[in-house]
Amino acid sequence: MKAHRINFTLNGEKVSLEVEPNDVLLDTLRGRLGIKSPKVGCDRGDCGTCTVLMNGRTVRSCLALAVEADGADLVTLEGAGTRKWTKRLQAKFHEKNAFQCGFCAPGVILSATELLEKNPKASQHDIKEAIAGNLCRCTGYEPIVEAIAETAKGK
Amino acid sequence: MPITAEFEYVKPKDMDEALHVFSLYREKARALAGGTDLVVHLKEGLARPDVVVDIKALPELAGLSLKGDTLRLGALVTFSDLIESPVIKSKFPLLLEAALTVASTGVRNRATLAGNICSAVPSADSAPALAVYDAEVLVRSIRGERRVPMAEWFTGPKKTALAPDELVTAVELRLPEKKHAGCYMKLSRYEGEDLAQGGVAALVFADNTYRVAVCALGPKPVRCSATEAVLNGAKLGDKALAKAKEAILREVSPISDIRSSKEYRLHMTQVMLGRALETAVARLFGKGPKYGSENIA
Repeated sequence: MKAHRINFTLNGEKVSLEVEPNDVLLDTLRGRLGIKSPKVGCDRGDCGTCTVLMNGRTVRSCLALAVEADGADLVTLEGAGTRKWTKRLQAKFHEKNAFQCGFCAPGVILSATELLEKNPKASQHDIKEAIAGNLCRCTGYEPIVEAIAETAKGK
Repeated sequence: MPITAEFEYVKPKDMDEALHVFSLYREKARALAGGTDLVVHLKEGLARPDVVVDIKALPELAGLSLKGDTLRLGALVTFSDLIESPVIKSKFPLLLEAALTVASTGVRNRATLAGNICSAVPSADSAPALAVYDAEVLVRSIRGERRVPMAEWFTGPKKTALAPDELVTAVELRLPEKKHAGCYMKLSRYEGEDLAQGGVAALVFADNTYRVAVCALGPKPVRCSATEAVLNGAKLGDKALAKAKEAILREVSPISDIRSSKEYRLHMTQVMLGRALETAVARLFGKGPKYGSENIA
């Protein structure tokens, strides 16, 4: 296999590295770049724990090849400080204790970030729809939805 | 999970270059757009290409445009693109309704409509909507270009009319001339992210003609022409609906699987057909729930 040199922005910082064609973005982030907030869950796009923002949109990093990140702007929860809504959501999740084990939380917060960046007046239905692809097995979702709704309202 | 299979990766900027790769490698080349199916297949060993061709730098495949009555959806158009498009919302709302049922936002941001019909799973949510809009699939190879009507596109479960050296470039839909309204009814185990246990799309015209198509109720998504024939010319009432519910059972052939039993699917086919038609009729008269709203069930 021929390796490829890729350049991208990760949480506001420039990154340049060589990747193999079959490297998965999630594995590259966790294994080579020390980015541990995206988790390995179902590994097939169903559970949302590997969610990262790519050019402002949530994507499943378990379903992206690392080489596809060339030229992209990537944000993970480690870069919460670089985005207004991410930072606010993170604080609100702490305050409301909106997670228990925390495994799903980075993905949920990034999905909510995308939602609030597009639509800060998101309804209850919009919120549920936005996090429909992020599975949480602890909370029953109620405190999560509440935390997102309160963040949107600026409470 | 790492991908153990080895392959080369190319990202051509030029269509001829891309088509040459497909012509040379044929079954051993796989197109990569959103990757939401392909990467899973690479991980599980279901796809074993020698080369993965990233088609995202091909300008011919981008964009969504309505010219006259023809809507062109480039092969790179994602489900999120469809959902966010004012043109889709105002002119092809049935497609919006179907797109909203596909997986979740994080998948829809990358998954393409063209990829959905190329994966060709029996439960492809976009397929019934495309079928009732009489869509055509545009494909290209170094041999030339051709158009495949939706009726001929799916040839079996996960099988399509696409030849090994061909690439889908776009899907085209014709905006129906006559006044119409539609509905896509998807049955799944829970609200939110799930594959369809069954799906029914209906398009109803003001002159009492009807178009119906289904997914997940047989080996491939199909247009239900016998059901349409029973309905055509009649006003939608109890009588016409009863006949249509009889007819559609002869056009579907569901199986029992992890998501539901054959018997349940057969029963729900009739229920969904009724609700889809009634909702479409209500919308035709400016009533009924908003397209893509949570209330359709």
